[in-house]
Amino acid sequence: MSKARTSLARTGAVHFALIAYTLIALFPVFLTIANSFKSRNAIFREPLAIPTPETFSLIGYQTVLKQGDFIGYFQNSVIVTVVSIALVLLFGAMAAFALSEYRFRGNTLMGLYLALGIMIPIRLGTVAILQGMVASNLVNTLTALILVYTAQGLPLAVFILSEFMRTVSDDLKNAGRIDGLSEYAIFFRLVLPLVRPAMATVAVFTMIPIWNDLWFPLILAPAEPTKTITLGSQIFIGQFVTNWNAVLSALSLAIFPVLVLYVIFSRQLIRGITAGAVK
Amino acid sequence: MGSLHLKSIRKAFGGHEVLKGIDLEVKDGEFVIFVGPSGCGKSTLLRTIAGLEDATSGSVRIDGVEVGHVAPAKRGIAMVFQSYALYPHLTVKDNMGLGLKQAGAAKAEIDEKVAKAAGMLSLEPYLARRPAELSGGQRQRVAIGRAIVREPKLFLFDEPLSNLDAALRVNTRLEIARLHRSLKATMIYVTHDQVEAMTLADKIVVLNAGRIEQVGSPMELYNRPANLFVAGFIGSPQMNFIEGERLGDTSAKTVGIRPEHIGLSREGGDWKGKVVHVEHLGADTIVYLESDRVGPLTARLFGEHRYAADDIVHATPVIGAMHRFDADGRVVSSAQ
Repeated sequence: MSKARTSLARTGAVHFALIAYTLIALFPVFLTIANSFKSRNAIFREPLAIPTPETFSLIGYQTVLKQGDFIGYFQNSVIVTVVSIALVLLFGAMAAFALSEYRFRGNTLMGLYLALGIMIPIRLGTVAILQGMVASNLVNTLTALILVYTAQGLPLAVFILSEFMRTVSDDLKNAGRIDGLSEYAIFFRLVLPLVRPAMATVAVFTMIPIWNDLWFPLILAPAEPTKTITLGSQIFIGQFVTNWNAVLSALSLAIFPVLVLYVIFSRQLIRGITAGAVK
Repeated sequence: MGSLHLKSIRKAFGGHEVLKGIDLEVKDGEFVIFVGPSGCGKSTLLRTIAGLEDATSGSVRIDGVEVGHVAPAKRGIAMVFQSYALYPHLTVKDNMGLGLKQAGAAKAEIDEKVAKAAGMLSLEPYLARRPAELSGGQRQRVAIGRAIVREPKLFLFDEPLSNLDAALRVNTRLEIARLHRSLKATMIYVTHDQVEAMTLADKIVVLNAGRIEQVGSPMELYNRPANLFVAGFIGSPQMNFIEGERLGDTSAKTVGIRPEHIGLSREGGDWKGKVVHVEHLGADTIVYLESDRVGPLTARLFGEHRYAADDIVHATPVIGAMHRFDADGRVVSSAQ
């Protein structure tokens, strides 16, 4: 309609900025993937070149798949991430529902307490966590990692979800109560479907730090059978010699599960981000 | 069957008391409307009856049974909400049938009752749709249908027409009146709109600041308001209030006269005044004037009248249509 607002220069500028940002964001990913398909010499000679028939090599992937139980690491990472997300979403949503729905003494205080973890990094407690895990015999188990990541993800989940749950109409919940739905049925069948976009947002924000974490796997579960993929890839990085083919291949492979999960959540995520903007 | 007894219901949120002792009796089959300004506690009272809020003290009895500790679903009530509150992920049919399904009714019985309610509300073509595919009026009819299907002892309506536009509001109002006649059910209806209250109710309960000001039929409230608040709240435009002193009436602090009980004339009358503003509505003409003796006055004349701002007119009250109130706002003597 209004020509002034859709002038060519304006759209062009916006697109230029967006394309530039996309290129910057994708460049490291591109570099990793492209170089993972090159021979060692080619990586160092021309790091920015794409693989040609002469420089193409799968040596990195072969090393990765041969050395160590790479599939196993992969599985560990997926198990830890998926179970942690599921627990964070379940407990986070339940806590958020209680905080937003029920009036009880200390409600606000409890909300603040649960949100405190956003401001205090869980890594400060590493020593105590390790002692706890040793005492409860959980060192070198995936359970240890799942417990820690659930604790790490909960504060943000409770904070975001309780804000969203406050927007769910009281009348709807009351209608459910009059129709004889239990509080659990109201939570699972009425409220959760309505905050699905927020759940996806929380899932993505929770997933990425867990998948990429090196700290806790190194401290709590460094044994061979419980290594995650980030930790597993470290064997190729030595103090003096680093097997770049292998590192780049391992990282390329590690990108895919995150990508898949992101695609699953992204439709919901975009709705979550634009919720309220377009009612 | 569905009678309701409320006895000294009090409700406080924190230290703030919203309901300050409500006593009320509703007989089987009555259409009772709670009306009052926003914040008067009418919605809280309705929620207390529904069991969605617990009363701080007092007793609620439905059909003679104390329901203070009974869950909302077991009280034999159904509620229609202002925001419709339909389940967004269920079809119209499932929305209407959910209550029965939760209560463990057989599928055939649910289907039959849903079909009957849908027939009453002309909802048959929409049974397979989801709420998002319906217009506002249709959604509210589904919400009413959901209440009918439960065959409750008490229907509770929480401002059901507030979200509808004016034309739809009139239609839905007629629909609710028709339903009340055909179902012969007890209905309790909350609104802040006195026109809805006057047109639908058998009995109006006027609430103000957590207390009942007056209970009565629409015409009782109109003709014999018990106090200044009710006199001012019922009737539109609002009743004129004149200080008793100005009329030389020492027995009343305030004298009230409804705009429709004031006659205007250019030639002569009791109170001379100047026209401030005129609203021509076709069927009525509403004249606002500033009189020398009694201050600002509103007069409602039937039909069309050719008054304009700055005209000098004489206003005359209809004999015997005056309401007189004492210093506490209570009525001393009413019209007729």
